[in-house]
This record gives sequence, C-alpha cells and structure tokens, in this order.
Amino acid sequence: MSVFQVLRVAIRALMRNKLRSFLTTLGVIIGVSAVIAMVAIGEGAKAKVAEAFASMGSNLLIVLSGSTSAGGARGGFGSLPTLTWDDLKAIRAECSAVRYAAPQLRSSASVISEDQNWGTSINGISPEFFAIKDWSVASGVNIAQSDIEGATKVVVLGQTVVEKLYGPSADPVGQTVRIKNFPFQIIGVAERKGQTALGQDQDDVVFMPYSTFQAKIQGGLQKFISGIIMVSATGSDDIDRAEKQISNLLRDRHHLPIGGDDDFSIRNLTEMANAQEEGVSTITSLLASIALVSLLVGGIGIMNIMLVSVTERTREIGIRMAIGARPRDVMAQFLVEALTLSFFGGVIGVLLGLLGANRLADHFGWPVLVRLDIVVIAVSFSGLVGVVFGLYPAIKAARLDPIDALRFE
Amino acid sequence: MAQVTPAPLIEVDHVAKVYRMGDVEVHALRDVSLTIAEAESVAIMGPSGSGKSTLMNVLGCLDRPTRGSYRLAGQEVSKLDRNTLAKLRNRTLGFVFQSFNLLSRTSAVENVELPLLYAGVSGRERHRRAREALERVGLGDRAHHHSNQMSGGQQQRVAIARALVMKPHLMVADEPTGNLDSRTSVEIMALFQELGRTGITLLLVTHESDIARYASRVVVMRDGLVQSDRRQVPLVADPAAAQGVA
Repeated sequence: MSVFQVLRVAIRALMRNKLRSFLTTLGVIIGVSAVIAMVAIGEGAKAKVAEAFASMGSNLLIVLSGSTSAGGARGGFGSLPTLTWDDLKAIRAECSAVRYAAPQLRSSASVISEDQNWGTSINGISPEFFAIKDWSVASGVNIAQSDIEGATKVVVLGQTVVEKLYGPSADPVGQTVRIKNFPFQIIGVAERKGQTALGQDQDDVVFMPYSTFQAKIQGGLQKFISGIIMVSATGSDDIDRAEKQISNLLRDRHHLPIGGDDDFSIRNLTEMANAQEEGVSTITSLLASIALVSLLVGGIGIMNIMLVSVTERTREIGIRMAIGARPRDVMAQFLVEALTLSFFGGVIGVLLGLLGANRLADHFGWPVLVRLDIVVIAVSFSGLVGVVFGLYPAIKAARLDPIDALRFE
Repeated sequence: MAQVTPAPLIEVDHVAKVYRMGDVEVHALRDVSLTIAEAESVAIMGPSGSGKSTLMNVLGCLDRPTRGSYRLAGQEVSKLDRNTLAKLRNRTLGFVFQSFNLLSRTSAVENVELPLLYAGVSGRERHRRAREALERVGLGDRAHHHSNQMSGGQQQRVAIARALVMKPHLMVADEPTGNLDSRTSVEIMALFQELGRTGITLLLVTHESDIARYASRVVVMRDGLVQSDRRQVPLVADPAAAQGVA
C-alpha cells in the first residue's frame, strides 16, 4: 500500500470515532499549545527587558565615585567624590573605545510654574548625555555646548514634568519656571522615554547645563564631580574594552597602588541586561519543559486509545491479514493512525498556542515573539510522541495471529 | 511424456499439527496426506474437534504445519515466513467465512478493493476490477451499499467477490452457508459451482451433508485423521428448483 493509501485508511478509521479521536488528540493539543504559548510569552518578556535596558542608553557604562569610610561605616559608591572634571576630560580624550562621556549631577528640587509646582529630579548634564541615552527633544532645542560655557539658566523638561505643570500635550517651550528661586527658561521638551528596566519613570526629570547646576543648585564650582559619569562605548563589542580603558586610566590618574582597591566603580548595563534576559530565559525553559511533560502525557493518552483500538478491531485485523495484509501493513496502519492523531494535535496546538500567546500578551501588554524554530520543534516533537507511543500498539497489532484474530468476538 | 497431467494444486504429505495448551499437547492433525487437483471442489466434513478447521487453516496458509510437507501450486508452504504467507494469501487464495467478515461502515466496492490495495494495484485499476468482481457475483448495482444495508446472501456475495477479485487458484470457504437460509444457501452454492467451471478450486468446510452434495469430492475428518475420501457426481445447484423446496 502506498503512503497515501495508508493515510486515507487511517483518517477514515479515526473519523469513525470523531469524539474519541478528538479527546485523544486533546492531550497533545494542550501540550503543544502550552509549549508555544509559554515560549512566545517568555520571548516577549525577554524582548521587553532588552527594550527597557536599551531605553537606558546604548552600550552604556556608568562610572561612580568611591565610597566614604568613616568610623567603620562605609557609605557606598558615590558617597565620596573621587571623580574629577579632569578625569572626565581624560576619559573623552584618551579612551579610544569611548564614543561619548557625560556627567550627570543629580538633585531633587521643586519646579514651580505660574500656577503649579512639582518635586522632581534635577539633572545637570552636558549635550552628550542625550546622545548616550539615544534621546532627543520632542519640541524646542537641546542643551548646547554654549549653554555649558555660559552657564545659562535654561532647562529641558521631561514629559511627566510637563504634564504635572502644564497639563497633558501642552508645549511650554519659551515659558519660565523657577527652581530654588532662580528663573529658568524652558528651551525644550524631551521625548517620552518610558520606564527603566527597574520601573523608574525616566520622564520625571528636568535637565540643565551641568555648569548651571553647579552654580545654582549645588552652590559653587567644584573640582570633583558630585554625580556620575555616563559613558557610551563605540560599539556593543567595545564595551568591555572601554571598561578596561577607563579603569586603567582612572587608576593611573588617582595613583592607586597595584593590587589596591578601586576608588571608583564601573557599572556595565549590558551585563545587567544579559543577566536579566538569562533569568527570563531560565523561567521560559522551565515553563516549556513543564509543557513538554504535558505533551508526554498526551502521548500516553494516544497509546492508551490505540491499545483499545487494536483490541476492538482484532477481527478487522484478522480479516485484513486473511486477504493478504502483511504484518508490516497492519503495523503501518496503526502507526499512521497514532501519527495522524498526534500530528493534527500538534498543528491545532500550534494555532491554539499562538492564539493564547496573543491573548496573554494583550493582557500583560507584552510583545509576542513567535519563534519559528519552537513551532517546528513542537510539531516534530508531537509527531515523535505519536511514533513512540503508537509503536507498541502497532507492533501488538502486527503480531496478532490471523487465526486467533479471525476467531475474536 | 506423451500424457500431460495437470500438476496437483495441493499436495499434503504426512502433515501433523500439534498445539500446546498449557501442559497438554493437542494433536489437531495427526497424519494427513491429501492431493487435490485444480478445479476440484472438495467438501471437508467432520464433527467439531475432528481437525477440519485446522486442516482448512493449514491449507489456507493461515497456519503452518508442525510436521510434514504442504505444497501449494508446486511451492513448499510449510517453511515460509509470515510476510510470504500473507503474499500467498493475497495472490493465490480467496477466503469466504461463515460470518461474511466484511469491514463495517465500508461500502461493498471498498471491501472488494481491499485485496487489490494490499497487492499495490493503483486506484483506477482497483476500482475497475472491484466493480467487475461485483458484476460477476450479480451485485453490480449494489457497489456503494454498506453491509448493514444488505441481506446475508448479498453480504456473502460481496465476500465472494472479494475472494475472487485477485483471480485466485484456490477458494477456501469456511461454513459459507452457515448463516444463510436454505434458498440463499443454494444460490451461493450455485455461484461457487459457476466459479468452479472457470477453473477455480474450491475447498468447502461444512458440517451440512446437504451442502457437501454440491461438491465433487467429500473428505471426512475424525480425530485428526482422514476417515474417508470419496469422489461423487455433484448435485447441480439450481436456485429455481430450490425456490419450491423453501
């Protein structure tokens, strides 16, 4: 018999017991759809994490000052200013793997408009900051180098601050706000940036030139940077090199003895992002393996029904053998039936899994990423389940003695 | 040689069949030797337990003898494996059973197509030959009926069509009229006699002496041995005459 013939006979046999065939397939359908949905959701979550990290800046390194140590109580990174403005200049000039470096001085203060006020984060930055963050202004202009040199009293507001002070979709460029009793002209509004990977609202900010920040918010120019240095490497492959270059440069400039502790710290955001994505991947694999177990259970269901089917159709097997079916014809018939069940289960499962993943993604507000390789693997695995669990009943059928089978009531 | 005698279709030489049921050995066939020529119609009779079913299974290539030799159309069968036996059943033999043994929820023509399917005959040819076989048993107009839509006699005709569609040398019929009324039985026997005239050898297992009268030879089995083997002038099955009897 040709493959097509065997398939036709199998489908006919399955159609005779539609409900039973469907219920048998259900185990595989649920298993496959669970695998597809879990992996799609996991991949979506991973993309979401990557996206959140990407929004914090591209190829980003953060350089922090060292820690204070007073009477045994150590203050944590940034508590003791050790980074100087000359360090920043040196990083820009000497580290070949660094594309941009920008200071970020931070303080909290109230921003007062004509009839509203809002406490937010005030950031003193240089123009490179926006390049590092992949950020730009939605209206108005950005802080320029001339603003740094002149220490002009200008600000760029984040979207959240604009909303709180002027209401949604207002454009306050040209207006004046007061911070610490100084009037600042709004020269721009930053694009909406969203939350960081850690859930922080990146739009609840006010930016001003770092020179202005030092003069008006901190009160006076200083040798040390009382904040952090944001660094963007020249490419995603250069991050580690940039980190090493900065570390060597700062150790040299700070005259640290060989073997001594750094008096600064460099955070690698890409590493953090990778660690987070790895965590999500682990959970995804865990969920997918649980789903695979349910696929296995579905396979056992198929084996069970195929065994029942072989017993029920013993007489039919006898007739077929009497008129010339070879053992392998009988085996092929039952194997293809099991395979058909599991394969259709796999296909329906994929469709259902995609539907389910879409629904869940809508619910959680995640992107859905369907991995074609997972779809292929799930369908082939369900086929494999059909073969493995269909084999025993098929062999049992093929081994029947035609005389006993014909006599079977 | 001057005289050409057709080679016998069946040559059974000192065949024995022993079953093992637990500790007990059952000698279903003790020592049977039998030669059947082509186009003979042989009725095998005997009480239950006489070994007539076992003999039929061996002759029908469903079972292999424990001892002895069985040659079918010149080929030694007793040592063949299951696949070759299946092929032999498909090409050389046709089976007809007491309970018809048609596949349920399957049309007459599809039932008749089954042996062709296993022989690897292509779709169009299969259908044509199945229709032809159905015409031959007088069921050309019932091709798409399912078995539950047909009478017992019609079902047995479908089974006969299925048995002869591969143009076998030997047709093995196990109590073919056991489930039929006497009038229909005569019709079926008339059909067998018609097939016999085309050269098909018939092996008929029955316990009804009425039915055995239509055969040209009667073999009576007892305790695994051939008790008697006699030739007779067969009664011609005439359905028209039987109508009056019924």
